[in-house]
Amino acid sequence: MSTPRLVERLLDLVARLAPVGTEAEVTTETQTLALTRFANSFIHQNVADTTTTVRLRLHASGRTASGSTTVTSADGLTALVERTVAASRLLPADPGWSGLTPPAAPTGTGNYDPDTADADPAVRAKLVRDFVDATEGLTAAGYCRTTGIRANFGNTAGHRIEGAASSVAVDAIARTAGSDGVARTAGVRLSDVDGAVLGAVAAAKARAGVDPVDIEPGEYPVVLEPSAVIDVVLSFALWGYNGKAVAERRSFVDVGAAQFDSSVNLVDDPLGPHSLHLPFDAEGTPGQRLDLVRDGVSVAVAHDRRTAREAGVTTTGHALPPGFRTGPFGLSTLLEPGTAPTEPAAGRPVADDSVAGLLAGVERGLLVTDLWYTRVLDPRTLVITGLTRNGVWLVERGEIVRPVGNLRFTQSYPRALGPGRVRAVGAEAATLPYNWGLISVTAPALLLDSWNFTGGGAG
Amino acid sequence: MTGFDAATTAVEAALAAGARYADARVVHRRTESMAARNAEVEDLSQLENSGLGVRALVGSSWGFFATPDLDTAGDAGRGAAGIASASASVPGPALDLVEVPAYQDSWSNPCRIDPGDVALSDKGDLLVAATKLMREHGADLAEANYTTWDSHSWLVSSQGHRIDQRIRECGANATATAIGDTESQRRSLGNNGTSGWELVEGLDLLGNAPRLAEQARALLSAPQCPSGVTDLILGGQQMVLQVHESVGHAIELDRILGWEAAFAGTSWLDLAELGRLRYGSELMNITADPTIPGALGSFGYDDEGTPAQPRDIVRDGIWVGVLAGRDSAAMAGLDYAGSVRADGWARLPMVRMTNVGLKPGPHTLEEIINATDDGIFMDTNRSWSIDDRRLNFQFGCEIAWEVKNGKRGRMLRNPTYTGIGPTFWRSMDMLSNEVVAWGTPNCGKGQPSQIGHTGHPTAPARFKGVRVGVRG
Repeated sequence: MSTPRLVERLLDLVARLAPVGTEAEVTTETQTLALTRFANSFIHQNVADTTTTVRLRLHASGRTASGSTTVTSADGLTALVERTVAASRLLPADPGWSGLTPPAAPTGTGNYDPDTADADPAVRAKLVRDFVDATEGLTAAGYCRTTGIRANFGNTAGHRIEGAASSVAVDAIARTAGSDGVARTAGVRLSDVDGAVLGAVAAAKARAGVDPVDIEPGEYPVVLEPSAVIDVVLSFALWGYNGKAVAERRSFVDVGAAQFDSSVNLVDDPLGPHSLHLPFDAEGTPGQRLDLVRDGVSVAVAHDRRTAREAGVTTTGHALPPGFRTGPFGLSTLLEPGTAPTEPAAGRPVADDSVAGLLAGVERGLLVTDLWYTRVLDPRTLVITGLTRNGVWLVERGEIVRPVGNLRFTQSYPRALGPGRVRAVGAEAATLPYNWGLISVTAPALLLDSWNFTGGGAG
Repeated sequence: MTGFDAATTAVEAALAAGARYADARVVHRRTESMAARNAEVEDLSQLENSGLGVRALVGSSWGFFATPDLDTAGDAGRGAAGIASASASVPGPALDLVEVPAYQDSWSNPCRIDPGDVALSDKGDLLVAATKLMREHGADLAEANYTTWDSHSWLVSSQGHRIDQRIRECGANATATAIGDTESQRRSLGNNGTSGWELVEGLDLLGNAPRLAEQARALLSAPQCPSGVTDLILGGQQMVLQVHESVGHAIELDRILGWEAAFAGTSWLDLAELGRLRYGSELMNITADPTIPGALGSFGYDDEGTPAQPRDIVRDGIWVGVLAGRDSAAMAGLDYAGSVRADGWARLPMVRMTNVGLKPGPHTLEEIINATDDGIFMDTNRSWSIDDRRLNFQFGCEIAWEVKNGKRGRMLRNPTYTGIGPTFWRSMDMLSNEVVAWGTPNCGKGQPSQIGHTGHPTAPARFKGVRVGVRG
């Protein structure tokens, strides 16, 4: 059964089986996910699945319940409605219910490429082959992932909306005996990705990372490559510009305050060219571009209907499916690129020309590829600890002089990008893969005044 | 079509399409979770997830395909073989599987109170009451939740395995958060296991709620944990993460072989040192034991059909074992598997922790504190971070107390400690006998990402000369 028909079928069942006046919303998603994974320079895991999931949320007699199923037979759908209705009868009242999304015109259809969504495993294997060959004898590991998702939404208020999205992601390393170099990309179209180019970047980084030296922990100016910056951006979105976290006073965000350097501009744009997500949220609200930080000033946070009602504003279209308790946050966040000059990357272990362009501004500091295994120590100040990974280099007088061993850091992310602390924003933004779902984060490299390294990799 | 019928069809189709080995699992899982916040039920989700995953080995290359539609089991088998053939275009070394007898069996875990028999209204009342109590005792934000999982699986392999299992799991958690002008503090209590609702009842959320809230409130005005090097006592709840991160992941054979190098990482352990390497002090005895009744990492058979059995991992401080699967063990020259599991039918089985924990020591927590002249006692994990070789860790805990002259003293806030795995474990000089099997239901690994359920029997312990109070 097609997903639009599944929506209507579910709503018909709700009309028959639920109390009169029940409000209901239904989402159906058919997702194809295929991932070819390699290690020690061979493909060791190679998987694919196509799954249709039906989600139902209903509000009856002041009570709210939700459920989902992958069993889309007539019996499976009936059982979903019956158990959700039964659950709603037994639950306490839900005074925070904020109603259904009224009919609204779609704002987009989503970024979808059928050749990517339905990519053959041989095509992914060819990309892996090209990556491995380009490392010219180093050990290679990583993955190539393709996805396609088609979704339909409907509710008893008469709102209907549909959309689709595809994505490709490559995230892989080249390894020497004592160093790793990484290359990554994500986007809408598989045909845009060249495994050989990525393999060459990873290999150059790995070779430039051989025999790292340990340096003293402390405060250093840093050039964070885009792959490191996405951790900062995602942390801002999840822990900061999240309507629930703000309402609960767990967020650092103070709307209206100049919390960042004036060069910082952060948006969430589910309709932008970099978005890998559907053009509507779990409540059916059409996607819209949302400024979060403009010229260093926090200007808005993400809301779903429930948090918006609590805050006395309207939803921004960031509802997550039932069961996700993080609160609403941006799934297509972009840190806008700046105007820093670019320089040819050739011969240097950097991701691209825009990173190379930031090095000239460093008298003595560190070039950092990745921030890894980062965890929040305090959400109010967003102090985070983690480690560097996949390459750190000492930069002196604008030149990369030697590789450095991995370091542990403990750093307040908002403070690192605070007023006067961002020396330059890279001229190119990269969309990079995220492992825990179809979240797209796009960011340029940054040159920051200081980063607090609290220990060496050896302790 | 029954689960066994669909799995058999998938395996036969994979073999007909060129596989030299295939296995298939049909899994039907119901998940129920409810959350309450500040005395109101915030969310109830009931999920039903059902389908089939088939794994095919063509030559020495794997392929995996999954579908929710059991009527397409044959297509899934052929799909898996086709994907394996694509894998062979970037081939690796010759691959075999260690021998496992072709068991035909049925297994289910003990479950005294089926969570499905407990009324939703009773479950909701418990969460609402717990959060109400926490609010009344000083929490600005009071949260409580439970999750139950009821999974039925049917495994068939081309070597003759035919195993069905039903595993029921549940867990609950309560968290009190106090919010100050510049920071927030929290206290929590929770556990998960292969158990019925009796596990949730045993947590006594209502009895503990006032304490959690009062401690969270008190932490806001407690002094900061000092910075320096000192003797560190860890409570049993914090030892869970210490074992999980700095032992459990390090002993996964796929990491040791480099199969997780690009994402989760590798391991500092070298197979050439298996049986010789000193991992920790002589008090350190670690086992991987999926047979512990009620522990979250327990099962009858893993997802390759290997029967559950306990295995020594660290004996008297010496590293002696790993967590392995049939292919990784064969590649490493080992003769045992038994630690391969998948997150449902749509994900590839991979090496996973079972119940990785400490054997009891000779002391009690009270004896450890009494024997400490100058140190800090920390408990309950708040944050965790460790490097990709599982060496360099930094953990934050919810709460700490200074220990002076054998007595527990002032409460301390924002406690953290850092170290290097083997150095840390070699410094363990006292270990309690008060072992509790804690469950972690959120262990992430793999690409596509998978969530694993792992168990960790742990007890309080003391470590000498640890760096504490790391700040940003």
